[in-house]
This record gives sequence, structure tokens and C-alpha cells, in this order.
Amino acid sequence: MENDKNILEVRNLQVNFKTYAGDVKAIRNVSFDLRKGETLAIVGESGSGKSVTTRTIMGLNARNADITSGSILYKDQDLLKKSDKEMEQFRGQDIAEIFQDPMTSLDPTMKIGKQIAEPLMVHKGMKKEKALAQALEMMKLVGITDAENRINDYPHQFSGGMRQRIVIAIALINYPEILIADEPTTALDVTIQAQILNLMKELQDKISTSIIFITHDLGVVAGMADRVAVMYAGKIVEYGTVDEIFYNPKHPYTWGLLSSMPTLDSSGDELPSIPGTPPDLLDPPTGDAFAARNAYALKIDTEQEPPFFKVSDTHYAATWLLHPDAPKVTPPAQIVARQKKYAEMQQALVAKQRPSVPVEEEEEQQ
Amino acid sequence: MDYENAEKILEVKHLKQYFNVGKADEVRAVDDISFDIYRGETFGLVGESGSGKTTTGRAIIHLYEPTSGEILFNGKNVDNFTSKDDQREFRQDMQMIFQDPYASLNPRMKVKDIVAEGIDINHLAKDDADRTKRVEDLLETVGLNKDHSSRYPHEFSGGQRQRIGIARALAVDPKFVIADEPISALDVSIQAQVVNLMKKLQREQGLTYLFIAHDLSMVKYISDRIGVMHYGRMLEIADSDEIYAHPLHDYTKSLLSAVPVPDPEFERTREEIAYDGSGENDGKERHLVEIAPRHWVRAADDEIDMYTQRAHEASLIRK
Repeated sequence: MENDKNILEVRNLQVNFKTYAGDVKAIRNVSFDLRKGETLAIVGESGSGKSVTTRTIMGLNARNADITSGSILYKDQDLLKKSDKEMEQFRGQDIAEIFQDPMTSLDPTMKIGKQIAEPLMVHKGMKKEKALAQALEMMKLVGITDAENRINDYPHQFSGGMRQRIVIAIALINYPEILIADEPTTALDVTIQAQILNLMKELQDKISTSIIFITHDLGVVAGMADRVAVMYAGKIVEYGTVDEIFYNPKHPYTWGLLSSMPTLDSSGDELPSIPGTPPDLLDPPTGDAFAARNAYALKIDTEQEPPFFKVSDTHYAATWLLHPDAPKVTPPAQIVARQKKYAEMQQALVAKQRPSVPVEEEEEQQ
Repeated sequence: MDYENAEKILEVKHLKQYFNVGKADEVRAVDDISFDIYRGETFGLVGESGSGKTTTGRAIIHLYEPTSGEILFNGKNVDNFTSKDDQREFRQDMQMIFQDPYASLNPRMKVKDIVAEGIDINHLAKDDADRTKRVEDLLETVGLNKDHSSRYPHEFSGGQRQRIGIARALAVDPKFVIADEPISALDVSIQAQVVNLMKKLQREQGLTYLFIAHDLSMVKYISDRIGVMHYGRMLEIADSDEIYAHPLHDYTKSLLSAVPVPDPEFERTREEIAYDGSGENDGKERHLVEIAPRHWVRAADDEIDMYTQRAHEASLIRK
């Protein structure tokens, strides 16, 4: 491991899917770290490779997936070199996943107590009685009311929100080091979503898991994430702390994503939208894959792929706009407003830390 | 929207839609709701799953036989359309856009036949050339390539399919369109495209929309007025800006407080307000009361003062 703060290091991951039409390049050279105890959000449209990335970590890809290069280091072991049998040791024990749809991710024919206790019996060889007792504790922890009486109920007897709590209980019963949450609240109503997200935050504090949170809802990201990685067409195009991504985004795709989401106080006639559709990954375009939809595209974008440019120690973006020779562009109005807010926040922060220094001189801090 | 001179296109009066009536598992999906929709406006209907918003939409377009209550469209009772001509006219004037662009298009039909189905049924095209031209015009209106009219639905992305669904709804030149969660199956960047398209079509063709959704920020963006539903009842109706800035009903407050906002600083301090719905079933008679101008809240007689007080505090009522 390069850094002992990291629990997971993904390096140069490339995944293709073999189809009759050819190889779909679903993941095109993705690298990222997951730090201990943090929540890393991966955002992007469907087909951008978010779920394939996490399924590769879990070793759960479809049979036609072909991992052409890369490594996934967990506790100094490369998960990509493990056999299916060996991966079973990690899944549900070290790395657990909460799936999107609580209606389909539970076994309809098994009592929920047994479903929650199953990982204990499988991984720790625990006796059924003891495992069920722990399952009951976990049910109480995730807020299933009247747990004693409901432990022998079946999934269909629960509402959607309660089912997702059951799924979370199954994922957390072994106190995993890494929890992958793939759109865990997308199928739920906002009020239930709020409960589930609060529960996840609370449990993260209690058992100090690291979370990879996949979602396309930027509102959820703003509330949950410590750091954010933005994916587009099988690549990470920008990553940074949650404040850096929301208040000082640098990649035009991130600009587009942030402005096309109406906030509760946005009004006006035209909602800024990203024109067109994502590229076909059977035959990814040369250069920057976003160029065709990008109003700020430069000539070089269609010729050469942009490398990551450093914005700060924690913030990188792959866009030629950050090249020193690139023309200066003005981002969309909404983004300018966000950047202004960021500058004010930075100033306030500096002023707070060093009250004796006049604020004006610290403007360049970011 | 000028409501002074606005004309009602749809009136829903004491609509009740029960399922399994008289059985042990009777469901009161919609329980005595009343509201009006004005010509040219977008009325947003929000609520959690199970609140009855989809049932309301389906009852309006007469996919169900209402248990009781009246639905007046252009002043005429939808239930009394006995003649075939009346029914056909009604079906032509009112159209629906469905939630799932994957399930709502017949996979065995070409796009041109999907879009033209309503044209054929209503004999709107003079001949084949006219039919083709109408289809091509519709596809262009919704931003699709007219050369793609011989393709099948699976050849299109989710956003494009939803455009096909919109083109199909527009084919019969409707006056009133019910859009039931038209964007929830789409990606964020595509959602904005479809919403912009719907707004543009409204401006150009003077359409009236009933927009049903659970995504509160998108509903506010597209709607002129919003109704909040909960457990089959309408709890609050007001202009969309007003209901978001100054919700009067506790449930609306709770619902709005749960919406995540793409602003980390705001999220760090956001507090959700819990809603206790048990008060609604205390047996008191409740109905919608106009607490402030064009701001309706479902209240019992002894609650009106409390809501009026709230409206005063939010300066919704001018003295």
C-alpha cells in the first residue's frame, strides 16, 4: 500500500465486456484510494462505470467481463489475483455491499432473522442460536421496530424502507472494513431516504467502516461524502473533497452535472442541460470523451486525452482547460456563484484560524 | 400565470377511488380530494409512494371507474360520456406520458407506428403521405432524428424513448397531458433535457400539464401550482414558490425538510422535521380551507386559526 491511511487502492483498472458487437470498454484506466473511515462518493450517469467499478472490487462481474489490467490492493493483497473461492472469504466479511433495490436483494422465502444471521454462520462458523441473537441486536441497531416479534417475518411483510434496513443489517453484521452502497436510497421516498442516510452515518461512526457510495443524486452526495469522484464514460474525470467538487469544480462535465440539477430555489425558464448523450463505449472517441457534449471543448480535446491537472493536494481534474496555455473561460453562472461562495468560505476559515492576519492578504488560499 | 382570468380545464370534486370495496383488504387509495386545474398551467402533484398521486392521475384519465365524486373536463362530466364520439374526443384531448420509457413502448412496433397509433385511431391523417409527414414532424418537435422512424424502441436510449412517449402523446393534438413521473427513470443530465422539452411544448402549443412526481426540486421547477398528497388526501395546495418558501401544513414542512440539496454546507446543518400523521385520524371533519389567497390547507374547523396564524407570520396575508 502506498499510504497507510488507505484501506483500498485501485490502480489503472481496465475492464472490458465481451459482446457480439465487440469489446465494450466499460472501465478505462481508473485509479483511486479509499481512506480509512471516510465516505467516498462516486457520481456519474448510468453507463459511466460506477457500478462496474464496485462490482470488480467485489469480484461480482458478469462472466463476459475481462479485467485487462490494474490492481486492487486491500490490506497488501491484490483482490484481482484471488480465485473465486478466495474472494468468498472477503465478500460479506471484509467488504460488504448494499444494493439498490431492497425489493429484489432479499430472499423472499427466507425469514429475515436467518438472512441477517447467515453471514455470521458462513464466515465465523457461529452456531445458529448465537448468530440469531446477534442478528436481533443488529435489527435493533438499524432501527427495526419490535425486532423480537419480527425476526421470523418474511421480506414481503416489511415496507421498502424497512427492507433496506434489513439489507443494511445483513451488510453490517460482520462489521466490514469496507461498505459499498450502490444507490442505496434511489428506490425510496425522500422521507425514508433521509432516515436511511442518517442511519448509515450513525453506523459508520459506531463501527468505523469506510464507505464507497454510488449515486447520481448530488444532493445525497453533498450530505454523505467526504470526498467525491466524478466518472464519465469509464473514467474518473475529477476528484476532490466534497467542498472542492461542489464549490470549486473544474471539469466542464462536473459543471454540467451541478447546473442541470434544479435546487429548491432555482427558477427561470430554461434549465441548463448537457446536450447529447454519453459516447458508445464499444468505440470510445479519441481525446476527451466528453468533448462532443462540451460547450467549452478545445481543439486538443478531440485529439489528445487530457491528463490529471492538480488543483490542490486533494483536488485533481482531467481537463485541458487547466493547462497553463488554455484560454480562460467563464463557467456557467451557477458555477461562478458556487466558486464565489467557496472563496468566501475559505476566507472565513482563514480569518478564523489566524484572527490577527488581515483577511485581504489571504485571498489566494485555496 | 394570470389566475384572475384563468379558465378551469379540469375540476375534480370529492373524488374517491377505493379498491376491493367491501372486502377486508379495502384500500382507500384516494379519499375525497377536490382540486381544479386551469388552462395552460402546470399542476404538480407530489407525495410519497402510496399517497395516491398516480391513482389520482389514472382516475382523471378514466383508467378507473371512480368510487364516487365527479371529474369535469371542460365543464363536462367525464363519467357521462356515453356516446362514442364524446369518448373519442375526450381521449384525444387528454393524453398521458408514462414513467417507464422501457415498459411503455411496444418492443415489436416501429417508432413510426407507435407514434401514429393515435393518428390512425382518430383518422387524423388524410393519406399515407400525410401520416408519414405528421410522424416526422412530431419526431422533430421532440428533438429526434426523423430518419429514425423505422427503428424499434430498443435502439434508443432512455431519454430518447421518453421523447418517443411524448411524441406519441402529442400526436392527437391534446389539450391536457398527464405526466406520471416522466423523468424519474432518466439520468440527471437527460432529465433536464426532457423537462426543457416539456416546457417548450407547453409554450408553443398551450398545453396544460398534470405533473406527478416525487422529485420535489424538479416539480417545483416545472409547476405553477403544487398539491401535496398524503394517504390519499390532499393536504395543501398553493403556488409552487409559495409552498416551498412557506409551507403551512406540518406534513409539507416535513417532506421539504427531507429533500437533499446539492450544497454540502447546507447539508451539514440541515435538520429533518419528523411528521406525526396520527393527528389526521382523530375523527375530526377536515376539508381544504383557503387560509391565504390561493393557498389551501386541509384543516378541521378548530385548526383554521392556527394555520391563519402561521400564514400571518409568513406574511402571506396582507392586512
